[in-house]
Order: sequence, then C-alpha cells, then structure tokens
Amino acid sequence: MSTQTLDLLTSQEYKWGFVTDIEAETVPPGLNEDIIRLISAKKHEPDWMLDWRLKAYRYWAKLEQSEAEPKWANVHYPPIDYQKIVYYSAPKMKKQPKSLDEVDPKLLETYEKLGIPLHEQQLLAGVAVDAVFDSVSVATTFKEKLAELGVIFCSFSEAVQEHPELVRKYLGSVVPYNDNFFAALNSAVFSDGSFCYVPKGVRCPMELSTYFRINAAQTGQFERTLIIADEGSYVSYLEGCTAPMRDENQLHAAVVELVALDNAQIKYSTVQNWYPGDKEGKGGIYNFVTKRGKCLGKNSKISWTQVETGSAITWKYPSCILQGDNSVGEFYSVALTNNYQQADTGTKMIHIGKNTKSTIISKGISAGHGQNTYRGLVKILKGATGARNYSQCDSLLMGDKCGAHTFPYLEVNNNSATVEHEASTSKISEDQLFYCRQRGISAEDAVSMIVNGFCKQVFRELPMEFAVEAQKLLGVSLEGSVG
Amino acid sequence: MLEIRNLHVSAAGNEILRGIDLTVKAGEVHAIMGPNGSGKSTLAQVLAGREDYEVTAGTVFYDGHDLLQMAPEDRAREGIFLAFQYPVEIPGVSTTYFLRAAVNAIRKHRGLEELDAMDFLGLLKEKMRLVEMDQALLNRPINEGFSGGEKKRNEILQMAVLDPKLAILDETDSGLDIDALRIVATGINTLRSPERAMLVITHYQRLLNYVVPDYVHVLFEGRIVRSGGKELALELEQKGYSWIEEQVQGPQAVKA
Repeated sequence: MSTQTLDLLTSQEYKWGFVTDIEAETVPPGLNEDIIRLISAKKHEPDWMLDWRLKAYRYWAKLEQSEAEPKWANVHYPPIDYQKIVYYSAPKMKKQPKSLDEVDPKLLETYEKLGIPLHEQQLLAGVAVDAVFDSVSVATTFKEKLAELGVIFCSFSEAVQEHPELVRKYLGSVVPYNDNFFAALNSAVFSDGSFCYVPKGVRCPMELSTYFRINAAQTGQFERTLIIADEGSYVSYLEGCTAPMRDENQLHAAVVELVALDNAQIKYSTVQNWYPGDKEGKGGIYNFVTKRGKCLGKNSKISWTQVETGSAITWKYPSCILQGDNSVGEFYSVALTNNYQQADTGTKMIHIGKNTKSTIISKGISAGHGQNTYRGLVKILKGATGARNYSQCDSLLMGDKCGAHTFPYLEVNNNSATVEHEASTSKISEDQLFYCRQRGISAEDAVSMIVNGFCKQVFRELPMEFAVEAQKLLGVSLEGSVG
Repeated sequence: MLEIRNLHVSAAGNEILRGIDLTVKAGEVHAIMGPNGSGKSTLAQVLAGREDYEVTAGTVFYDGHDLLQMAPEDRAREGIFLAFQYPVEIPGVSTTYFLRAAVNAIRKHRGLEELDAMDFLGLLKEKMRLVEMDQALLNRPINEGFSGGEKKRNEILQMAVLDPKLAILDETDSGLDIDALRIVATGINTLRSPERAMLVITHYQRLLNYVVPDYVHVLFEGRIVRSGGKELALELEQKGYSWIEEQVQGPQAVKA
C-alpha cells in the first residue's frame, strides 16, 4: 500500500486530554484490609457490604500472592504493582447537592468540556446523565422523572443506601467476586458506578447514560454497575468514557452485571475512548473489564454493542448467559487498534435454556502497529435443545505492521444446535481508494468512508446519539495511521 | 481542453506508452482503439491519476493546468471523470451515499453549497431515468452483486450526476449484451454537449455505431499510429488490427 494513499494528515492530539485542577481527597497508595474498611466507612456502607468487600479482597490477595494473575490473553504489558495504585479519590464536597446549582462549578465545567452540558441535556435530549467524577457520583439528573415510573437510576453508592434489598439480591449473581482476578479486585475496592432497576412492564422512556473520568494520577477506576430489568420491562443504557493524558498506565477494572427477567430486554451500548497511549505506545489506560448479562427469564434479551477505540490495552468479553428458555443474546462490536494499542476482546454466549439464540458480529480494525484479537466462546450445554448461534468475525488490516488474530471457541454439547461461523480478513484495496478519489473524494475521507462501511452492521445497532459520536471517533482515532 | 505531448509511461520498469500526442477540444468525442496490450487502459488510468504508473517523459495539460502534478481527487474536482473498466465494490457504502459524498466534494471545491439528502435524491432520481436504473440497486453497497451491465450503467449514472468536463470511458462496452449496450450508449449520447469532451476507449466498432466519434485514433504498442474520422473505425472492423500492424511494421512483421 503506497504511503501516499494512507498517509493521512497530521495526527490529531488526543482531544479530550486535559486535567481539572480540583482538590481531590485521596487515600495513600496500596491495598490492604484497612484501605477497604476506609473506603467502606467513607461511603457509610452497611456491614453486609463491607463483609462482601472483605471476602473479595481476601480471595484476591490469595490469588495475588500465589501469582495467579491471569496471563493467557494476547496482550503484553509490564507487571502491575498493585501497591502503588491509589484506590480512592473523591472531589471535596461539603454536602450532597440537591440540584445542579449546588454542584462545584469547576466540575460542571469539566462536564461541559466532555460535551455533556447537563443543563441542555435536561431540556433537549431527554437523556438522564449519572455523571461520575473520579469515583464519586456528583450529579444525578432526571431522578425525579424516572421515579414517577418507578425506575430507579442512581449511583451505586446511593443504591446501597436506598435500595439494599435489590442490591443484595443481585450483586454478584452474574459476576461473583471469585469469578476472576480483576473481578475480585473490583469487588473489594469498587467506589461507585451506576445502578438501575426497571419495574415490571415499564419501558424506560429515555436512554440512560453515564460518563466516566479518571483524573488524579494513579487512581484506578473500579466502577461497579448493576442493571436489573424486571418482567416485561425495557431499558437502553449508554456508557461513554474518556480520560486525560497521563504517562503512568492507569488500571480500569470495572464490573458490569445485567439481569433480565421474563420478557425483559436490556440494551447496553458503549463508546469507549480512554486515552490510548501516545504514538510510541507510552502510557494509556488498561481496560480490564468483566461485563456479563444473565437472561434469567423466559423470552428475555440482552444486547451488547460496543465501539472500542481507546485504551492502551483492552481486555473484555461482554457476555450473555442464556438461561431462560427462548432467551436471546447479542454482541456487536467494533474494536480499533492503532499505533501500539492492543486488544483481546470478544464475547461468551452460554446457551443453557431451550431454543436460545445468540448473534455475534465482531469487526476488528488494526492500523499502525496495533494488535487486535477476537476471542469468542459459544458454549451450548447439554440441555440447550434448539440452540442457534450466528457468529461473524471480520478483520480489516490497514498497513502491513499491524495484526489481527481470531480465537473462536465452539463447545457444542447438544446435537440439535445450529452454529454458524463466518470470518473474513481484508485490507482497504488500492482499487477502492482510487475509485473514491477519482470521484473527487479525498484519500482521508475515502478511508473513513470505507471503514465506516465496514462497521455499518455494528453502527446501526447503536442508539442514534452514539452512532454519530462513534463515526467521528473512528475518524479521529485513525488519523495518523500510515499504510 | 486536453493536450498530451510526447507522453511516455512505464509500469514496473516496462515502457507502455511511447510518446503519445493528442489534442482534445470541448465538444469533441475521440475514440481510442487498439489491440490488447496497446496501452489504452494505461492511458486512461494515467489521465485519472493512478499512482502505479511512472511518467518518464512528456506533458499533459488540462484546461491550462499541469495535470500530472494534480492528485486524483483534484483532477476529479476539476471535471475529469473515468468510467472504469472494472468498477470495484465497496461493502457497506451505498451508491447513494457514495455519490452524494462525491457530488458535495466537487461542489465544495467549486465554492457551491453542499446538497442535502433531499436535494440530492431529487438529482439522483432525475439521472436514474437516463440509464434505466432501479432505485433499489442504489441503496445496496456500491456495485456489490451487480451484473456486468449494471456496473457499467452505474458508471454512466455517476457520470450523469457528476457532470464532468472530460469523460474518459474505459471499455465501457466490454461485457455488455445488446440491450445493455443500447442503454449505455443512449446514456452517453445524452451527455454529449459542446462543453464536454469524451475519450471513448474501446476494442470494438459496435459502440461507435451508437456513439459516433469525431475522431478515431488507433493505439498500437504504445503509440498512436493512425488517426482519422469515424470511417477509420469501420475500416479497422473490416480489416482487423493485423492490418494496422502491417502498416506500421511492414508485411514481414505480421504474425500468422
């Protein structure tokens, strides 16, 4: 591929890289039981919550000591010193704000820069925003509106206080604290995240959304999200992330649990734009996330849609446990690796109930020296009669220094199952580029058009607001990639 | 409009065009004919700006601009259109989307306002009738699953929409059946105008029955060896390319 055709214009600086100068209340770096107790005390948590954290911590500490940190993924990074990380940081707040007027104006300024003008959103978009700033939820809008319908959408911390019975019932039911190394860590030190409960028969009238931000140096983000859709309900949730420029790697080990009861539907969309590291591969976020949805009820449905363009390393497998009969799981993903980014991502579809169905559409784009790995598991248990799966895994290579790898696992233990898998690897051809240019379209626009065409199957699953942001994000992320 | 002087072009070290001289004025239709390997497609691609070729000598001036210094998209924006011999497919990108991006890129270059979706659709519908194109095809990824005839008609449709000053048609008639040929030829004829020039590259006479050229040039081993009016094409049809070879090289050079 000639350097001229893929020689895109001067790379754009990571646009969202900035630091807010605000006092942060932090604890010293390191992890031990005292830190756990401190975190729990700061949040005024009930005993059962502290107990759960401690159980998780002890489990994790054993793993850590016996060097059982998982190393099987196709990603490479220097060892993480868990004692050097600060596990709690919160902006100094005198009291809980009752309205946006009471929120620290500097914080609101931050949200403005991130493109979430809370004031405007409240009126126009109708999207409820649970804005998280450095481990503590600050503003929760639309709480009242949703409350009218009985929809609970609040910070996880608040849910522990106000709705303990729901939290206790479902926390850890999809991702138990001993599920894996990073889930255990998260369960011990999670500071906040989102909680949502949609009551029976309610169709949540607006998309729910959360914005994250990592600010203080060496503060890991350990977000915990729990979404429960009761019988016959529907909710669409958007997760969009951004983080400032840093030299030290920052660990992001979040856990997201989704539970869908009979005839309920959860749609979870993510546009991930964490700082990816610089052109030489220095710095950037480590995004080691455990996301899992349980289709607990009959006819329930959970869809994951993700556009991952950021992070130095992405390691996540949003998965579905198809327990209820006739339940449906979907996974739509676009993962981009440029410069020296690495990704090992995919999904697990576990078919347990009868007549369950899963769809996997994964699009990997590798550019620069990026290494992109798709890892997917379709597991059909013995009792899962009539299970159907369709998987499509496409890789697009831009240039000759990047890599795309595919590890599909199919474990089929029921002979009435139908499993289809298609895969393709391609590059942007010179012919396609020239065709576009001969019609007056610039080389950069042509690449963007072709890449968007490649991702179309996934983009059309995104809610409108996100689809536009995703396309722009892809364009920005690809700038500076040389063929 | 187009002035080619002593153009020498090589690819992978082999010289393909060996000194082409050609002048094309607005309103004229020039046919370029010749046997396989004579360099017809190379000429088309070089004029459009394909980077795989090396120009080793000569100049090309288009409307006073030094064409060889211009990037392909700039040539297009200045009004050069190439109807490809083998149009590619672009998955996920519909013809409608593609053409609108092209139209707006060109309009922007000319200082015009971009067309919104509604206005563009109106323009597209009008031009579709010209090539008897089904709208359903236009919403599919461009050229994906199109028959040979549909691909060529799609090229002519694009030409109609983009309104170029110089249209280069690279073997637009190859692979077409009688009906498709008629439709394509009608489309081309409708687009003839005093402001527009066309270079029609073809093996065969039959397209030229419909699209009657003002000049015919015969390309042989990288050079234009004969030029004439439309009768030349008919003569070629009757006598074959070996006749030309004979003319150029002498009877003993003709292969049996």
